[in-house]
Amino acid sequence: MTKQVQQLDRVIIRFAGDSGDGMQLTGDRFTAETAQFGNDLSTLPNFPAEIRAPAGTLPGVSSFQLHFADHDILTPGDAPNVLVAMNPAALKANLADLPRGADIIANTDEFTKRNLSKVGYAGNPLEDDSLKEWRLHAVPLTSLTVKALEGFDVSKKDAERAKNMFALGLLSWLYNRPTEGTTAFLEAKFAAKPEIAKANIAAFQAGWNYGETTESFSVSYEVKPAALAPGVYRNISGNMALAYGLVAASVQAKLPLFLGSYPITPASDILHELSKHKAFGVRTFQAEDEIAGVGAALGASFGGSLGVTTTSGPGVALKAETVGLAVATELPLVIVDVQRAGPSTGMPTKTEQTDLLMAMFGRNGESPVPVLAPATPADCFDMAIEAARIALAYRTPVMLLSDGYLANGSEPWRIPDIAELPDISVEFATTPNGEDGTTFLPFQRDADTLARPWAVPGTPGLEHRIGGIEKADGSGNISYDPDNHDRMVHLRQAKIDGIDVPDLSVDDPTGDAKVLVLGWGSTYGPIAAGVRRARAAGHKVAQAHLRHLNPLPANTGQVLRAYDKVLLPEINLGQLAMLLRARFLVDVIGYNRVRGLPFKAAELATVIQEVIESD
Amino acid sequence: MKVTEIRNGNGAAGNGSGNGSLNGRGLALVPRTEVKQTLKDFKSDQEVRWCPGCGDYAILAAVQSFLPELGLKRENIVFVSGIGCSSRFPYYLNTYGIHSIHGRAPAIATGLAASRPDLSVWVITGDGDALSIGGNHLIHALRRNVNLNILLFNNRIYGLTKGQYSPTSEIGKITKSTPMGSLDKPFNPISLALGAEAGFVARTIDSDRKHLQGVLREAAAHRGASLVEIYQNCNIFNDNAFEALKDPATRDEITVKLEHGQPIVFGTGDNEKAVRLSPTGGVEVVRRADVADSEILVHDVHNPDPSLAFALSRLDDPAFEHVPIGIFRSVDRPSYDQLLNEQLDTAIAAKGPGSLAGLLNSGDTWQIN
Repeated sequence: MTKQVQQLDRVIIRFAGDSGDGMQLTGDRFTAETAQFGNDLSTLPNFPAEIRAPAGTLPGVSSFQLHFADHDILTPGDAPNVLVAMNPAALKANLADLPRGADIIANTDEFTKRNLSKVGYAGNPLEDDSLKEWRLHAVPLTSLTVKALEGFDVSKKDAERAKNMFALGLLSWLYNRPTEGTTAFLEAKFAAKPEIAKANIAAFQAGWNYGETTESFSVSYEVKPAALAPGVYRNISGNMALAYGLVAASVQAKLPLFLGSYPITPASDILHELSKHKAFGVRTFQAEDEIAGVGAALGASFGGSLGVTTTSGPGVALKAETVGLAVATELPLVIVDVQRAGPSTGMPTKTEQTDLLMAMFGRNGESPVPVLAPATPADCFDMAIEAARIALAYRTPVMLLSDGYLANGSEPWRIPDIAELPDISVEFATTPNGEDGTTFLPFQRDADTLARPWAVPGTPGLEHRIGGIEKADGSGNISYDPDNHDRMVHLRQAKIDGIDVPDLSVDDPTGDAKVLVLGWGSTYGPIAAGVRRARAAGHKVAQAHLRHLNPLPANTGQVLRAYDKVLLPEINLGQLAMLLRARFLVDVIGYNRVRGLPFKAAELATVIQEVIESD
Repeated sequence: MKVTEIRNGNGAAGNGSGNGSLNGRGLALVPRTEVKQTLKDFKSDQEVRWCPGCGDYAILAAVQSFLPELGLKRENIVFVSGIGCSSRFPYYLNTYGIHSIHGRAPAIATGLAASRPDLSVWVITGDGDALSIGGNHLIHALRRNVNLNILLFNNRIYGLTKGQYSPTSEIGKITKSTPMGSLDKPFNPISLALGAEAGFVARTIDSDRKHLQGVLREAAAHRGASLVEIYQNCNIFNDNAFEALKDPATRDEITVKLEHGQPIVFGTGDNEKAVRLSPTGGVEVVRRADVADSEILVHDVHNPDPSLAFALSRLDDPAFEHVPIGIFRSVDRPSYDQLLNEQLDTAIAAKGPGSLAGLLNSGDTWQIN
């Protein structure tokens, strides 16, 4: 039987199930197939902080959303076209996000009386009329899987567990995805258990075949590959890109990387990834606490390594005193903050942009620190190198603000040619710099960068002592002299203010927009998608995105003042807006929602339109 | 200093030719000098600013006159400290040094020592710095066996903040913050270090330079974490805290000198005492005359089981009845930097040196033309 194939330009799928149903894996595999096929894509995993919340409950629902298209896209999508609901909880938790007319594929086997009542369903929504405004495909995924695996040497439990692969097979048929990658993946994943591998591959195939034969699905869909720039691509998450960026920074700096870190969601994957790359001379140190993580990184920097610590907001709070020591001792250090919802423990797996002011000011004394923020998952690679460049060239701690959305979201990444990467190497001091030719002045600065010499232990003749006590300008000896302190406070600030950062570029296609939409960090995708929609609706609007937050690009004030209105969406209560207002006296209009989720394109398009149309 | 020297730490060994135990395990990777050094070489040009009469002066002089004996290149020695009176120590030594923040010296030194096995790294800390605010870092540095020599100056008081009780102050201590007496039971730093299974644990005293230097010599020779508690007098806020160990009238009666391979006996004349196993599983002090030689405990610093060393550390409870001085434990196990660098070497041997292009192109990739 040949079914009709319908062309689509883009699709948003959400896989939802219990934490133990393997939804993240299913989503990852569908993403890999989609990347292999050549679509542009963007993903949004959304999972509870609990590893296994009680089965079948609303807090236990884990989901993975994927947006793929035949053109370049910017976000994981606002509203799914298809929801795969592995149980009643998954249906209930996600239905509100589903537009009328969207497809629902529900695993009928899990819609038992007990499971329904667990989430407060009085009746079975698959059997009453409550879902009549959607296209419901009621599929007994579990029992079909178990049936397909009869005759395989696997337990009933293992057979049931393969239901996610059945669902993946069905969706792969529905959207004409290539399947070889998943087969190879399953063979490799279960290499030690060939029977399990065979069963999962069979379940995957059975799902595909089911789609082809069942009457529930009359059409399948095709989304043509996107026209991306030529090159070799891979799909990459923000945490992976950040880890690779740090390895690349180490190579490009010709310095060994030392990571001091303490496990914390959503940053731990960077530690996991870097711990695999010891062949690059990468030393990873899982410390006893956040303070020891950054302390060890700073100690390694003193010894001539590229010292890095990775954490999330609660960890940054604990590291503050050591970051202050790095400011005072003027040693290179990269602090990666994968921001999450706060305050306190907050919502560890949910995203937010609420650590900006802490990164800027969260230390005692006048303690300026450069702050950077990547715009997309793949941009984490470039910004990790940029953070290392600034840290090394200016001998300063640098805050790199990723977030949960960037960390776990993914997108295709054109793999850079190594020759394209910047050389960020710096020279260690090797000879005394005093006028007498024998004295070493550890705080005598470079005239251009104001950086002090980096003399590492093992260098004869440059023995010196540094510390957190105020130092005399030049000699670095302890000094309580009032004028010296004033000079040092100003010098440390001037060094950071003088960091060379690229100008802010503005996207203003008509050149006469009156409204600028400004953003920073992970809001890039949703803002750009919102701007596109506003433009498609006939509005003139300019867009600019800050990746350097301290110091700001030199032309920032000029850009802001060139527009009648500046709209600044942030997933906080207006932290960058506060900085810009204070610095430039520009009446920035904030749009602030702090839901633990990225903005939606439609939401921002509406806000942009309202700002344009308001007086 | 080249990057390769930092990266391939296990290969960057000094020439390490023989000068007794000093050239052994502890300093084998630290480059040596042929140039004769003196105390003067290790004095910095900074004015020493402790209170007149402070025990820190004696310790500084002992360290400065001891360091030349090691024969190490001065530039490969680093002193790292936290906060407190003792933590000013690095400023007075003409080596590399970091005066860091309160309690964190072991953490900072861990990063340095783990990435630079060619350095001799010393941590200078006090009872407040190491045992209160920095207690966590101390125990973890010890259990990891990071290649550090940790000198804990114990004066049983907070000096730099002008006289509050410390985690080693005796119960009932009257201080500015405890006008009715302190309530908390003190830490015994030796017991704590042994509990963390530190490989090298010793106690010495500021006033006995010979003993102090002897302990430092052994600590330096030990590769891995060494904890040396140094009783240090604060003549301003806690004067004479250790007087019983110094006063000729009492010192011989309470000082239990621990010497490897020797029966543990102390005291003089009719008051001579011995240490033997107690029926309760610890050790006890008995009159020498009351026990047979065979019953007297013979001190073994190399005993892999720390239980006996721990029991000896408890002889000082209640404080200053009998105070063991010397090396409690000296047991070899691989140091953290050694194990870490072996993993690097193993990874390089298995995969070859990392290829950035190979890494970035790993996993599922696709070509767009």
